Amino acid sequence: MKSRWLILALIAVAIALPWGFYDWQHHRHDGFLISVLSQTGMMIILALSYNMLLGQAGLFSLCHATFFGIGGYAMVHFLNAAGKDELPVPMEFMPLLAGLSGLGLAILFGAMATKQRATAFAMITLGIGELMATAALMFHHFFGGEGGVTTDRMIDNSLFGLTYSSGIQVYYLIVAWTLIAVALMYFLTLTPLGRMANATRDNYERAQFIGYDPRMVRFIQFALSGFFAGIGGGLYAITYEIVTFDALAAPLSANALLMAYIGGTTVFGGPILGAILITLLQSGVSLLSNSWLVYVGVMFIGMVIFAPSGLAGIIQAHGPIQRAGRLGRLTLPYLRLVVPTLALLLGFVGLVELMSFLTIGAAQDKKLVLFGSAIDVHATMPWVVASVSLVVGALWLRFEAAGFHRIWEHLSAEVRR
Amino acid sequence: METLLISLLNGLVYGMLLFMLASGLTLIFSMMGVLNFAHASIYMLGAYLAFTISQFVGFFPALIISPILCGLIGAAIEIWGLRRAHHNGHIAELLFTFGLVFIIQRVVQMTWGMLPMAYRVPPSLDFPLFVLYGSNFPAYRGFMLVISAAMLLGTWLLLKKTRVGLIIQAALTHPHMVSALGHNVPRVFTMVFAGGCVLAGLAGVIGGNYQTTEPGMADSMGPIVFVVVVFGGLGSLAGCFVASIVMGMIQTFAVVIDYSIADLLRPLGLAISGDTLLTEVLTVPVARIGALLPFVMMVTILFFRPRGLMGMRDT
Repeated sequence: MKSRWLILALIAVAIALPWGFYDWQHHRHDGFLISVLSQTGMMIILALSYNMLLGQAGLFSLCHATFFGIGGYAMVHFLNAAGKDELPVPMEFMPLLAGLSGLGLAILFGAMATKQRATAFAMITLGIGELMATAALMFHHFFGGEGGVTTDRMIDNSLFGLTYSSGIQVYYLIVAWTLIAVALMYFLTLTPLGRMANATRDNYERAQFIGYDPRMVRFIQFALSGFFAGIGGGLYAITYEIVTFDALAAPLSANALLMAYIGGTTVFGGPILGAILITLLQSGVSLLSNSWLVYVGVMFIGMVIFAPSGLAGIIQAHGPIQRAGRLGRLTLPYLRLVVPTLALLLGFVGLVELMSFLTIGAAQDKKLVLFGSAIDVHATMPWVVASVSLVVGALWLRFEAAGFHRIWEHLSAEVRR
Repeated sequence: METLLISLLNGLVYGMLLFMLASGLTLIFSMMGVLNFAHASIYMLGAYLAFTISQFVGFFPALIISPILCGLIGAAIEIWGLRRAHHNGHIAELLFTFGLVFIIQRVVQMTWGMLPMAYRVPPSLDFPLFVLYGSNFPAYRGFMLVISAAMLLGTWLLLKKTRVGLIIQAALTHPHMVSALGHNVPRVFTMVFAGGCVLAGLAGVIGGNYQTTEPGMADSMGPIVFVVVVFGGLGSLAGCFVASIVMGMIQTFAVVIDYSIADLLRPLGLAISGDTLLTEVLTVPVARIGALLPFVMMVTILFFRPRGLMGMRDT
């Protein structure tokens, strides 16, 4: 019941947010906000479709961007054809075509990759991803080489008479398709296919004994996830009107993995959370810092070791305690974690930034400025402060975490009783 | 004839370099079932460390020190990282090494900057070894061949002729029995992981000045090494060797072949003209799609033989 309200609230925010920053004097939308929100929508689709593999079927794929990218490239060609009146399809249905392109390619590659699982699957998909990324740079007809392919999204064919000339119209198209894709992916988890995907993930042999062919289950799951990724890629092409090989290269595949995993692969909504968080970080922190990938990487590794169920998993773990009405007793332990965590973060971020300003920043001729005053990265003091903060924070956090763990175990045991 | 011989030698040099990386990866994989995605990153670290060390004490001490440092880093990764990730299952281990790729990449960029390093061949090895049909064969490539052959022999002797090798081999197939006999299997794991990293570091030391030492070198080497390991068959050292040499040859020969599929079809009376996607695929010369070939080969072999060239087991 509660999650229903949460979903409605999220949709309401997604629809209303652009108007909260509307510039009434110039009758203009905030371009940056619209672009971040549009990006978030595509990334939600990408992360969720990736989780159909990683979370639901236990397949660690490294070529997911391939299907996203192919959806984008196909969309560009569809739009160009539609612009020449060769493809009488309204704009609103275009992403479906992009999805079908993703599906087609996923069927082809899935037939090869899903014969294997675990490590071999990961490596085959890595090879497929590299194959497509290299091919995209080489063949100019379909992929346009390094420059990519461009299009014009104003094809003058819409169910609602829209021109899609402004970002806000495209944004609402993205919202609509994101909702459709998310709903479809959710219903897929309820079908026998979704259940069998979970079964082949958890116990391969037993799934075979029941009489299902795990390879077939994996294959269908792989193909369908390619379909949804293709939809995301189509929306990407509509938004930016240009698709380059960035849309199918390895960094985007890695991004899909990071978003899904950090958000939480065990809960359906986890990747949504991860996509929102990472996209916001990407558009916010990457402007401020050269080294935001370090932060994401460390966060990712920390998650793998300490919280394999991701952020959504951590939130979900509070469920039983919350239902027992004992959440209040965690307030104080949480508050005690705040100061050492901040110290640890300050030290870590400080060291990383000092280091990167010493090399990359110097090459770009930038200066580290904190609270309005420039900091000399060659002086000893900032390094000492950051190191001390890091070490003290780490030791203190370790001590506090042990105490927190005791209280947590105690509460969990109480709730279970 | 002259291009053939030169390409053959260059292919052998590159193939042996690939094998040095791929053998460590294969050893780690067959023992622990973990594919170390960060293997190419260790290779990059080896090159960068060698560059820095060689500035202080010269190239030849760096040849020893840098791989040892890489081995220590590998041991630390195994003890403090992989073992913890191991509790969370198989995928978690893969994800862990995958995350390491990002971190090592960025740490290298933060420490040494984004630009390529001036890591050069040492002057004492910077002369032509012999002249073949008018073109020089650099002594450094000969040195690379010697080092990689010595490494190959050393690893083989260690695995086949020593007591440690015996335990490692036993632990590969029967870890529980080996541990019941009183051997410390986790320590053997650490040793193998560190050993693989030593090999990767060594490859980095001699590969860093053969290619260029720059932050993208892990990304460009990584996929090729994984292709080699899959092509040869996961967990098979012999297959890995064959695959490395084949891949080295293909990569070097592709550069000098200026033919396309259309050229093959022409004697059959099929002329290709026009400007479509299909004709582009048919008329592109092999030299231009050299980078594509390893992946095409991998996909092809997986289609006909999913276990790879000499792989004995499914994963």
